Amino acid sequence: MELIGLLSDGFLVAFEPLNLGLIVLGVVVGLFVGAMPGLGSVNGVAILLPMTFLVPPASAIMFLAALYYGAMYGGAISSITLGIPGASTAVATTFDGRPLAMSGEADKALIAAALASFAGGTISIVLFTLFAPPLASVALDFGDPEIFSLMILAFATFVGLSGDDIAKTIFSICIGMVMSAIGFDIISGEPRLVLFDLIGFQSKINFLVLAIGIYGIGEMMWTIEVSRGDNMMSKVTVSVERVMNNLKIIWGTWKAWLMGSVLGFFVGILPAAGATPGSLMAYGVAKMTSREPHMFGKGAVEGVVAPEAANNAASTGSMLPMLTLGIPGSPTTAVLLGGMVIWGLQPGPRLFVTETDFVWGLIASLYAANLFAVIINIAFIPLFLWFLKTPFTILAPLIFVLSMVGGYASTERMFDVWLMLILGVGGYLLRKLDYPVAPAVLAIVLGPIAEPALRQSLLISGGDVMVFFNRPIAGPITIIALVLLFLPAFQLVWRRMRGKGQAAG
Amino acid sequence: MKTFVRKLLGVGITVGLVSGFTAIAGKTALAWEPVKPIQFVVMAGKGGGADKLARLIQSIIEKHKLSPKPVTPINKPGGSGAEALVYMKNHKDADHAIMVTLNSFYTTPMRQPKLGVDPLTFAPIARMAEDTFVLWVHKDTGIKTVDEYVKAAKAAGNKWIMAGTGKASEDNLLADFLNAAYGLNMKYVPYKGGGKVAKQLAGKHANSTVNNPSEALGFYEAGTVVPLASFTDERLPMFKDTPTFKELGQDFVYYMQRSVVGAPGMSKDALAFYQGVFKKVYESTEWQTYIKKKSLQGDLLQGDALVTYWKRENEVHRKMLVKMGAIKG
Repeated sequence: MELIGLLSDGFLVAFEPLNLGLIVLGVVVGLFVGAMPGLGSVNGVAILLPMTFLVPPASAIMFLAALYYGAMYGGAISSITLGIPGASTAVATTFDGRPLAMSGEADKALIAAALASFAGGTISIVLFTLFAPPLASVALDFGDPEIFSLMILAFATFVGLSGDDIAKTIFSICIGMVMSAIGFDIISGEPRLVLFDLIGFQSKINFLVLAIGIYGIGEMMWTIEVSRGDNMMSKVTVSVERVMNNLKIIWGTWKAWLMGSVLGFFVGILPAAGATPGSLMAYGVAKMTSREPHMFGKGAVEGVVAPEAANNAASTGSMLPMLTLGIPGSPTTAVLLGGMVIWGLQPGPRLFVTETDFVWGLIASLYAANLFAVIINIAFIPLFLWFLKTPFTILAPLIFVLSMVGGYASTERMFDVWLMLILGVGGYLLRKLDYPVAPAVLAIVLGPIAEPALRQSLLISGGDVMVFFNRPIAGPITIIALVLLFLPAFQLVWRRMRGKGQAAG
Repeated sequence: MKTFVRKLLGVGITVGLVSGFTAIAGKTALAWEPVKPIQFVVMAGKGGGADKLARLIQSIIEKHKLSPKPVTPINKPGGSGAEALVYMKNHKDADHAIMVTLNSFYTTPMRQPKLGVDPLTFAPIARMAEDTFVLWVHKDTGIKTVDEYVKAAKAAGNKWIMAGTGKASEDNLLADFLNAAYGLNMKYVPYKGGGKVAKQLAGKHANSTVNNPSEALGFYEAGTVVPLASFTDERLPMFKDTPTFKELGQDFVYYMQRSVVGAPGMSKDALAFYQGVFKKVYESTEWQTYIKKKSLQGDLLQGDALVTYWKRENEVHRKMLVKMGAIKG
C-alpha cells in the first residue's frame, strides 16, 4: 500500500508541467540520437548533461532518463531501415529487422520493434517498482564466477541449438574473441595485441566501429552484389489492413517479447552487463525456444521483438544498481551517475530513504517516458517508410556516408574510420563465405565481460575451476550452459546409436 | 538588383574585416583568449572517476561562463593513459588542448618508455585536489582496528583478497605496502574502476579494499563497509574516529593528484588564461562543496609550485615501481 502512495506522489512530481515537457523533449531527442548511427544514448546523455544545470535535479534526471529511453526506441529505426545499428544496443535488431525490411516488410519490423520496446519497458518498470531494494542485493551476490557462468550461458545459446553450421559458428566466435582481446589488459596492466605497433590498437576496438563496419559497410556491399540495386525494400506500403495483420502477428510472438523483457531486466541489473549483452542474449534464447529457429536471421518477427523488448527492459534494469548501489549497469548510467554526483545526490543504498521524491519521481517518469516514446515512435513510422521509398542507388551512398560519419562520431579518431572500412570488407567476406556474423558480434560484446571475470575468478580461487560449479548461483548456471553447449554433440551421438540399432534390428 | 547585392556584400565584407582586425588588435592588447572550442582530454573511459571530474569542471566553467569558447571532454582511455599522453604530446594546437590527470601521469611513461613522454614537459595549469585512500573491510567481518585486520589477514594467508583498480595502479602500490609493512600475503585482484571494487567488497567477494572515500561512500553511509585507517597525514574530517597509518606507527602517506595540465608546447599567454580559469573553478562553491563531500584534500597548486610537486611525486613513484619490480632502477 505504501508503494502505491509513494508511486502516486511520484506521478504528481512527474506530471508537473516542466517535468512533463522535459520528458517529451527527452524522448524526441533520444529517438533522433538513437536513430543516428554512431550517436547512442551514451553520447546524448553525456553531451546534454551540463545543460541540466538549468533545472532542478529531479527534472534533470527525468529528462536524461527519457532521452535514454527514446534512444532505445530510436536505435531500432536505423537498424531496420538502413541496416546500420543506430546504437550498440540495437545490433541484435539488425539480425532480423534488416532481412524483414529487405523483403518489403519494414512496416512490420518497425511496429514490432516499437511495441516490443513498450512491452519491455513497461514490464521492467513494474518489476523495478515492486522489487527494487531486494533486487539490489541480488546484484551484489553476483561475483566474478557468477558473471562468467552467465557469459558461458550466453555463448551456449548461440552455439547450442543453432541451425547454422556449428564449426563455422565457433570459428566466428573465435574471431570475435581475438578482436575483443585487443587493447589494455586489466589483469596484467599492459597493452596487448597492439597490431602492427599502431597506437590506435592500444585501446580496445570500439564496439560501434565494428558494428557499423560489419552491418553498415559489409552488409551494404553484400546487398548491392545480391540485388544489383533492385530490391524489395522500396515496395513497402501502408494500409490499415496491413497494420491489423501485423498487429496479429506481433501478438503471436508474445512468448518472445515476454521472455526478452524479463531476461533483459535481469541482465540489466547486473553491473558490467547492460543493454547490449541483454539484447543479444534475448535473441539467442528466442531462437532457442522458437518453433521456427531456421527463420532467424532471415526475417523472423520474434528475432526483432526479443532483443527490442530486452534492450528497453535492460535500460530500466541498469538504473537499479546505479540508484541503489552507486554502480552503473551500463555506460549510459555511468554518465547519469556522474550527473547525480554533480546535482549533489549520493547514489547508494540510502538513496531510497533519503531522497524519496527524487527516486519515485524518476520511477513515475519512466512510466510516462515509455508511453510517450511508443506514441511518438509509431507516429513517425510513415515518415521512415516514406524515406525507404528512395531508390537504393541513392540510399546506398547515403548509408555509406552515414556509416563513415557514425564511425567517426563514436570515437573521434580517423584511425577508427579506416578500421571500420577494413572490418566492413572483412564482414562482407565472411558473409560471402557463408559464415554467420552474429556470433562474432556476440563474442566482441561479451568477451570483455567474460575474460576478466574468468581470470579474476581463477585468481581468487587459486586456479581451481570448481569455483564455477560449487557456488549456489554459479553452479546451476554453468551446468545448464554446458548441457546446452554439448547438446548438438549428444544429439549426434544419439542419432547415430539409434541409426545403428535400427540397422541391426 | 545584382549590383546592389554585390555592393551590400562588399560593405559587409569590409565591415567584417575591419571589426575582425579591431577585435584581434583589442585581444592582443588585452590577453590571450581561446578562439575555438577547447579539447578537454580525459585519461580514462566515460563514467570513470576522471571522467566525472572532467564533466563536473566542464559544467562549472559553463555555469559561471568562465571561458568564451566551450570546453568539450574527449575520452582517450587506451593503455592506462598512454593514448591520451601521446595524443597530447603530438597535438598540433597546444593552446586549445588541456587534460585531467591522475597518478598514471607519472607511472605510465615510466612503464612504457617507448612512448617518449615526459610528464614534466606538460604545462602546469592547476592541481585541483588530491584524492585520499582509506583501508576498508565489510562490517560482517567484525574487524574494527588495523590490529584485528592484520591478525585476520595473516591467518588467511593468500586466501585474503584485496580488490583494487588495475595492475601497478595506486591501489596496487598500497596493497604492496600493507603486505610489506605487516608481513602479510594478501592476494591482489585487479578490477576496472573503483565502483566495481567497492561492489566486490559490499558483496563479500573481496575481503578488503583501499577505495577512495568517494568510491566507498554509498556503502559506508549504509553501514555495509567500515573504514579502518587512512593513508593521509591527518585524520579525514569525514571519518573522525578513523586513525591514520601515521598514528599507527607506519610512515606511509599516499595521495592521488587531480590535476589539469596543458599540452606540451602551450604558449605562456594561453597557460596564463587557463590558470586564471581554473583558479576560478577551484574557488567556486560547487568545487568546494565537491571537495568536502568527497573527502578530497590539498590546496590549489599552479605554475612553478606545481612543477616542483610533480618532480617530487615523479621520484616517489619511480622508487615505488622499482620496489615492485615493475620497472628497472
